[in-house]
Amino acid sequence: MKQVIETKGLIKFFDGIHAVDNLSLSIEEGKITGIVGPNGSGKTTLINILSGFYNYDKGEIFFSGAKRKKILPWENKIYGTGRTFQQIRLFNQMKVIDNILVVLTERNPFFALFERHGEYHIKCAEDVLKKVGLYEKRGSYAKDLSYGQQKLLEIGRILAIKADIIFLDEPFAGLFPEMIKRIENIIRELKNENKTVILVEHNMNIIRELCDHLIVMDAGKLLAEGRPEKVLSERAVLEAYLGE
Amino acid sequence: MDYIFHIAIIVSIYGILALAQNLVMGETGLLTIAGAAFYGIGAYVAGIFSTSLGLNITIALVAAPLITAVIAMILGTSFARFRDDYFLLATLGFLMIFNTVAKNWTSLTGGSLGIAGISKPHMFGITLLTPESFIWLAVFVLLIVAIICYFISRSSFGRALNAIREDEEALKIFGYKVSTYKLASFTIGASLSSLAGVLFASYLTFIDPTLFTVNESILLWAMIILGGIATNRGALMGALLLILIPESLRFIGFPDEISGLMRQCIYGLILIFLMLYRPKGIFGKYNL
Repeated sequence: MKQVIETKGLIKFFDGIHAVDNLSLSIEEGKITGIVGPNGSGKTTLINILSGFYNYDKGEIFFSGAKRKKILPWENKIYGTGRTFQQIRLFNQMKVIDNILVVLTERNPFFALFERHGEYHIKCAEDVLKKVGLYEKRGSYAKDLSYGQQKLLEIGRILAIKADIIFLDEPFAGLFPEMIKRIENIIRELKNENKTVILVEHNMNIIRELCDHLIVMDAGKLLAEGRPEKVLSERAVLEAYLGE
Repeated sequence: MDYIFHIAIIVSIYGILALAQNLVMGETGLLTIAGAAFYGIGAYVAGIFSTSLGLNITIALVAAPLITAVIAMILGTSFARFRDDYFLLATLGFLMIFNTVAKNWTSLTGGSLGIAGISKPHMFGITLLTPESFIWLAVFVLLIVAIICYFISRSSFGRALNAIREDEEALKIFGYKVSTYKLASFTIGASLSSLAGVLFASYLTFIDPTLFTVNESILLWAMIILGGIATNRGALMGALLLILIPESLRFIGFPDEISGLMRQCIYGLILIFLMLYRPKGIFGKYNL
């Protein structure tokens, strides 16, 4: 199986504290990989590094075998990566459909100046909104959506860019069961389309149900990895994370 | 009648400035106070072209946006990394530098005495000497600027600017080189502001550094906040109201020296009341 992301000895400091500490891991293509760990274990920092939000201090990162010395956020489109955020980050004072259109249209400023979204863009955006169940809300402002709907819109933006590698940072946090089911289904569909999903999540039932592979982090280090049912039964994991 | 044309010319000039300010601040969310500096650069280009080089003002109408664009691009390249209050302070710094240069580079700018005797525009064999003739040029330039701003706000570029205003870090994730967009918006806004400067210098035929201070930039803020952030019609409405309201003081018996001072108080009061009761302005849908 092809490895889409690989890190070797990855280190990230914050004021002398190791947020990510000598982390070596690999993520396989077309799989749902869960990342769990106590608060402050470095899960979100890892996603921030892999999506170009933070620079890393030491180590190596490979995307599909190619070494990336520096990951720049705007290169995500080139490498086919997309992400959601732990704290929702939408374009709040823009309409729902504009939140999708902005990720569909031209990136080059000069060409964007002369581009107006056409029928094609509208249809793509509406298809995405239908998929995440927000079609009826397309004319509303993003800030006026409920919390769960905002999470769906964030996922909608990822679907719109047709990312191959998708980082989802706690997409189920604070959602009611029906919304959880809807997002679970979207993630399963992504897997069926051979997309690679990296899921940071605290809900162990969801992890067991969805993930093919599980990575457990603690204090920035890799504590354990493997099949979810096996990893979640390891003594070290139980002690560090589940407190059992 | 000349007075009405005079007011219409001033409204047109401030309409251009407000539209440019709205592009940078309203659409892109860049808190800039450098609007008066770019306005001033346009005015000084017109003044220098007319008095030192003996060129027609219509040449300045082409040259000023280009010269201002180069200056704005140099500035914007370093400013593009800033956001919010840092951007504001950086642009304030530039405005202070502009004022210092305008006051002290006497051989070029005339220093504190300014530049007098700037020629009126001469086009198609006609010199636009009276307010009645000048208004056509002012409205024509305003129309061009309004069309450019409308075109930008309806384009994919405009939507990306709005997304930058909302959350530029999130937009980067989707493959946008946000700093390039910010630089482009800043440069276009500066170029458009310089057009107003050329018109102003040519209309008054005199400029000095006191005409392009932070007070002018605050007035531009008040205009777009009053009209409504991120709407072109709001910017125009703000310019119209904030020129007409102080002018109306003349007709209710205020002496000229008091009405001049009252003008600043009115702008200040309008800003305070808007922040308290209508932060979105008249036509606005957005908050700063």
